[in-house]
Amino acid sequence: MSHFLLLVSVALVILIFIAFGRVLAGPGVLDRVLAFNQIGTTTVIVIAVIAQVFGETFFFDVALVYALISFLVTIGMGRYLEREDL
Amino acid sequence: MDYAVVFLVTAGVFFLIVGTVGLWRLPDTYSRIQAVSKGSTFGGMLILLGLGLRSGLTCASLKLLLLLGLLGLTNATAAHVLGKEALQKKYPFAEGTYQWNYQGNEEV
Repeated sequence: MSHFLLLVSVALVILIFIAFGRVLAGPGVLDRVLAFNQIGTTTVIVIAVIAQVFGETFFFDVALVYALISFLVTIGMGRYLEREDL
Repeated sequence: MDYAVVFLVTAGVFFLIVGTVGLWRLPDTYSRIQAVSKGSTFGGMLILLGLGLRSGLTCASLKLLLLLGLLGLTNATAAHVLGKEALQKKYPFAEGTYQWNYQGNEEV
């Protein structure tokens, strides 16, 4: 079971790299923000899986805080770009 | 119980892969927003549900439940903000989009 979860986290890290390709290649600013949002979501899930593998329950707090900060980054970028002309 | 956890986590990884491939392959911003919001929200929820099922009824699974609700709220809100923003900035639609009943950008 633990090997399976480690395999899952490796697959999710590969997905993070694919999303980072969109961050580098995205034609508009909003594509990059969207890809960063996707990276944040996948990172939260990776942290939760790793916490479950190693049995460290305080990693869930890290995942919660990371999810909140990732959400704040996305909303803040959206509201900022509303005023700026990028 | 183990089979249920493996099934839920595998289904979640599948939906996350679908969302990320959509982010990489789809032609314009709107369809990318759609793929990412649905795929990553549903996949993440399934994986967290599987992990909560594995850890049983403890404080950790309560935190996982909180994280699940947070994921559903925040991804939907972020997708809404980004989509409204893209429409305001007049981001181009993909070639051959059938803009059914689309009234223009005045009242967004």
